[in-house]
Amino acid sequence: MAIEAKHTFDPVRIRAEFPILAKSMNGKPLAYLDSAASAQKPQCVIDSMVDLYTSYYANIHRGVYQLSEMATERYEAVRGKVAKLINARESREVIFVRGTTEAINLVAATYGRKNIGPGDEVLITHMEHHSNIVPWQMLCEEKGAKLVVAPIDDRGELMMDEFEKLLSDRTRIVSVVHQSNSLGTINPVREIVALAHARGIPVLLDGAQTMAHKRVDVQDLGCDFYALSGHKMFGPTGIGVLYGRAEVLEEMPPWQGGGDMIRRVTFEKTTFNDLPYKFEAGTPDIAAGIGLGASIDFLEGLDLSGAAEYEAELLRYAEDNLSELPGVRLIGTARKKSSVVSFVVDGMGALDVGTYLDQQGVAVRTGHHCTQPVMDRFGVSGTVRASLACYNNRDDIDRLVDGVRKVIRIFQG
Amino acid sequence: MPTPVQAANELAENFELLGDWEERYAYIIDLGKKLAPFPEEAKIDDNRIWGCQSRVWLIARRKEGADTGPGTGPSSRDAGGDILEFKADSDAFIVKGLLSLLTKVYNNQDPRAILSFPIEELFERIGLVKHLSPTRSNGLHEVVKRIRAIAAEHDAAH
Repeated sequence: MAIEAKHTFDPVRIRAEFPILAKSMNGKPLAYLDSAASAQKPQCVIDSMVDLYTSYYANIHRGVYQLSEMATERYEAVRGKVAKLINARESREVIFVRGTTEAINLVAATYGRKNIGPGDEVLITHMEHHSNIVPWQMLCEEKGAKLVVAPIDDRGELMMDEFEKLLSDRTRIVSVVHQSNSLGTINPVREIVALAHARGIPVLLDGAQTMAHKRVDVQDLGCDFYALSGHKMFGPTGIGVLYGRAEVLEEMPPWQGGGDMIRRVTFEKTTFNDLPYKFEAGTPDIAAGIGLGASIDFLEGLDLSGAAEYEAELLRYAEDNLSELPGVRLIGTARKKSSVVSFVVDGMGALDVGTYLDQQGVAVRTGHHCTQPVMDRFGVSGTVRASLACYNNRDDIDRLVDGVRKVIRIFQG
Repeated sequence: MPTPVQAANELAENFELLGDWEERYAYIIDLGKKLAPFPEEAKIDDNRIWGCQSRVWLIARRKEGADTGPGTGPSSRDAGGDILEFKADSDAFIVKGLLSLLTKVYNNQDPRAILSFPIEELFERIGLVKHLSPTRSNGLHEVVKRIRAIAAEHDAAH
């Protein structure tokens, strides 16, 4: 592993670890500003997966032979790395899933099905990603329960007094995004957990956007569930984690049935495996798991608070320069936000801007970012979203701002 | 009224006069700005084409083919059947420009001519395949599908 002990954050050195950032797009050097959709991968993550397939690949939890044991050992070691990274009490509190979406679906389908009935309420916020809306909506429809939505203000901040009022004696779970993918807002999750727990209500936090930007300590947050995606924290796609407090997970019925999640199967009756395997049916994405382990090594070797400071400065630089352009309006101006600048340009569609930027080698996302209610709230059909990671630099931002300036000129001409 | 092939040829020739990608982009934006107005009241979900990237609406109207007057030249609607007129809109000008291309090719054609015209070849020819092709996530592919479905409906009903 090319990671040394902790040191001061060095953006030049970090950028050099991501081979794709030296490539070009449409003949221009790549300015990758879509890390909120998916982060790029450092060489160590890529190498770890090649190494698995080259040297020790076999199915895990099954073989009696050395290869399988080695693969199993390395894969299970990743569970320990995740537990350490997020400060879970035990490794068995770490359930491997495909990503944040699957993690939330798992909780809705197991904890939700068991504990939510007619007239009960699920409390979310107006800034949730569709993956933290739809699974609950489906559950509520099935159970005759109600999806309750806490409002956000014009800055894109959660209105905490409204949120508190919406906690009722029928609220069975609170499910909130830690950091908004379309607005960048960082929610006061510790306060949310405290308010919910004071009423005996469990809390799920959607941490998809958080992991690449700050250290998460699930015990300190006090949440009951924390969902995350490997590919947004410099790891591969196809792997994510549901963290759950062991005592809550123990009480949950299994979800998908199949191999690995069972203890004994007869046609009459099946008994289930212990945590975490109870929730892990079938052969997992082994290579993605190994890659996730490497991405955690990468994160552990990073001065994450130094990186966060650097990203905050870049974000300010982007916001300042974009807002100076004629007709540009920022969407999402929360006082506590990170790594995302979402904007619209008067008289232009987000796609008009995004298509032009693509030609300039600048990768941004346009559209509703899977948060249609947020777009409705701000009266726009979509935004252009530039999202940052620690490997971005001022040049990326200058290219973005320059592209937007040019496309505005074309529209005026 | 030109046939789809004639309309497509004219468009392709216009594009061939343009230089780099930026000029083509500006030209499409310009076409988008000039797209025939779309009735606000028709911006309803039934007329919406659901693509991921921008909002698109499409409506179609059947007109009698006979009253287009003399001197329209040979076309595939010699049979005197009805012709279709499309109107479309989007909140992105790049998409409006592409919709403008579609309406220039498809408007006032009979359903059979619409169904038999390979629009993909036009996009390929004007160099939009790589950057703006209907297969990209701008929803244009869905627009072509909807136009063809409407044409097929009218063709079957005829």
